[in-house]
Amino acid sequence: MSKLLDPAFWSMSGYAVFVWGSFGLTVAVYLWNWLAPQRRRREILESVTEE
Amino acid sequence: MWTWFHRLASPPSFYRLAERLAPWLGAASLLLLLGGWIDGLMFAPADYQQKDAFRIIYVHVPTAAVSLSLYSAMAVAGVVAVIWRIKLAECAMMAIAPVGASMTAVALITGMLWGKPMWGAYWVWDARLTSELVLLFLYLGVIGLYQAFDDPRAGARACALLAIVGAVNVPIVKFSVEWWNSLHQGSTLLKMGKPTMSAAMAGPLYAALAGTMLFCAYAVLRRMQNELLVRERGTRWVGELQRAQAVDDRSASV
Repeated sequence: MSKLLDPAFWSMSGYAVFVWGSFGLTVAVYLWNWLAPQRRRREILESVTEE
Repeated sequence: MWTWFHRLASPPSFYRLAERLAPWLGAASLLLLLGGWIDGLMFAPADYQQKDAFRIIYVHVPTAAVSLSLYSAMAVAGVVAVIWRIKLAECAMMAIAPVGASMTAVALITGMLWGKPMWGAYWVWDARLTSELVLLFLYLGVIGLYQAFDDPRAGARACALLAIVGAVNVPIVKFSVEWWNSLHQGSTLLKMGKPTMSAAMAGPLYAALAGTMLFCAYAVLRRMQNELLVRERGTRWVGELQRAQAVDDRSASV
């Protein structure tokens, strides 16, 4: 865990923007793929009830 | 065998099967992704040339790999949809397209973020990069075409044809680094024989790759379920699901 407190780890030998940017984007897109179908399902099930 | 197949392809039984399978796929992918990414970011040794920038491989390679396999799966579903007119194959095709498009976009953008520090440019009109961009446009074309039709069955049929024709691009992306003199490096992992990577670096990559594949399977199943619900609106099994949902909502709000 001491690694998380080490600034050298976060700086990624100077490539922090590229490395963390890539991982951040990837995590965001995976989360979207996980959450969007759940929200859609709820919408569909609710819309059928109204009919 | 055939009766089993027909039962599986019937919307309510496929929906139930997906409902049972999805949580396991989701949990397994979460474990593999967390393990692979944490290991890759924190414990894999830095590359002697690229230093820590090489760690982008743990998000770039898995998404690029599934961008191609999802497209192949979509084209196969398209063939099944055109020849046998199986509704489930149409749903599979339309469920794969957005997942594949998002993975292709991530592969392209993470590739750009890797290219800038290593090649000195975000983008070059190189064979690998250009064909992957064409792949993104093919996915977007399938999604757009489907939305342009009012009748989902006619829309799916048109999309199937586009997906099948576009499949020529898959081997072009895959072998572009061998056929043309490319700035993009060759495959490190997915080739015959020994990977040209140390085990401490390759282990997290295998985990992230397996995790991404399972995650995509999860996302596609969930989207297929939605596609089935929309198309089967008004049938008895959808009505039953709805009532169960309404009961859940009421008990949740109490």
